[in-house]
Amino acid sequence: MEFIKEIIIPTLCLAVIGGILGLALAFAGAKFAVKVDKRIKKITKVLPGANCGGCGYTGCQACAEAIVKGDAKVNACTVAGDAMVAEIAEIMGVAPEKAIRIRAQVMCSGTHLNNAKKKYHYEGVKDCSAAVRMGGGDKVCPNGCVGLGSCVKSCVFDAIKILNGIAAVDYDKCRGCGACVAACPKHIIRLIPYDSAHWVGCCSVDKGAVTRQFCDVGCIGCRKCEKVCESGAITVDGFIASIDYSKCVDCGKCVDICPRHIIWSRDQQDKIGLTVEPEDFIDNTKLNK
Amino acid sequence: MVDILILMFSAILIENYIFSKFLGICPFLGVSDKPSTAVGMGFAVTFVMTISSAVTYGVYYLVLEPLGVEYLQTIAFILIIAALVQFIEMFLRKYIPALYSALGIYLPLITTNCAVLGAAMLNIQEGHNFIESVVYGFSSAIGFTLALVIFAGVRERMALSKPPKAFRGVPIALVAAGLIAMAFSGFLGISFN
Repeated sequence: MEFIKEIIIPTLCLAVIGGILGLALAFAGAKFAVKVDKRIKKITKVLPGANCGGCGYTGCQACAEAIVKGDAKVNACTVAGDAMVAEIAEIMGVAPEKAIRIRAQVMCSGTHLNNAKKKYHYEGVKDCSAAVRMGGGDKVCPNGCVGLGSCVKSCVFDAIKILNGIAAVDYDKCRGCGACVAACPKHIIRLIPYDSAHWVGCCSVDKGAVTRQFCDVGCIGCRKCEKVCESGAITVDGFIASIDYSKCVDCGKCVDICPRHIIWSRDQQDKIGLTVEPEDFIDNTKLNK
Repeated sequence: MVDILILMFSAILIENYIFSKFLGICPFLGVSDKPSTAVGMGFAVTFVMTISSAVTYGVYYLVLEPLGVEYLQTIAFILIIAALVQFIEMFLRKYIPALYSALGIYLPLITTNCAVLGAAMLNIQEGHNFIESVVYGFSSAIGFTLALVIFAGVRERMALSKPPKAFRGVPIALVAAGLIAMAFSGFLGISFN
């Protein structure tokens, strides 16, 4: 009798409570089932599944939900190619759009070895954030690439290397996820359209005379590029030129006129490539001429 | 009526779950970074605590006590609260999707919130009747929300200040929480007799 009272009843009691709750939940699960759009599942399957966050959503699932909901376009995924976008467009029943491919670009041309002037010799932890805490890094320029590779570490696609003391992006490997943009303590990595052939390789917002003291190649805000640009794509705001890629027609006039040689063109970058000897890469001022 | 009001007042201020009972400290530190998340968590807790107070009261007096197995209350209450949170989540998702998305991640987090279990067990310990249980659960949760919102405001200000390096983050948050708790202990002097 004691046995029944002390073991069986409590066990049965909990088992019954648990069983009832379980059944109730199972019933509720069926009764309150929310119809999930089948397209979400399909699109999630099509998407790369890297959950890189390049699309601006928390992951591939969230991106798929946004596409189905209509918040995002079928080409929202920056990693997807044309084939993948076409597949998503088919699921959604809309006309396929061209995949938007973007890439990261380090907006600094101040290599350690010649262009950018240094404040001190840094001998600390090989990490940009750590170096930036030491008086803003070893470069005089407050917006220069520190070159210790925080972005390299952040890249899951292995697309960034340090060349000549500044970070360089391997465009073929870059999928435009933006991890490096977030990792850079100087905020000098930008995402630009993959096909865009020109970019301003500088982020110095100081006056021309001040920038000259930092670096041999910094933007001095002379506005020559702004004047020469026929499509009105370049604006100089706060002593730094910037290109509006929706207007840029890749004519290349700004490259020729820039007295500081910091407007870079894709051709020139391709010529230099990422495999060249450091000596060639450093000399971008001469190459531009 | 007066008794109910006294019960509410003491549950919100005098016996505040966070500042005098030290229950639910984990979500208190976890989601008090911004007032908006603090309010979201507070809402979710209020919702679950009120309903769980009612349900656990019924289960205790209709099932556990008649069978003479009152000592099972902890394990039974955890079971009930977990199932209840799941149920509420399903229900909200189906019928009130706006509230569901507003509560977001905080709803499943409450499953393991000891303030909810604390309310259920204190109801039994204090011998509250059904109405008192529900009111106590509701007003304790309001007290919890109040603490969360006050602390979120404090933390927002702290984010702008520069404490010594060793104190940054959780340590200074705990110190601040202790100071607010001391301020709340001033309510202990209030007597209703």
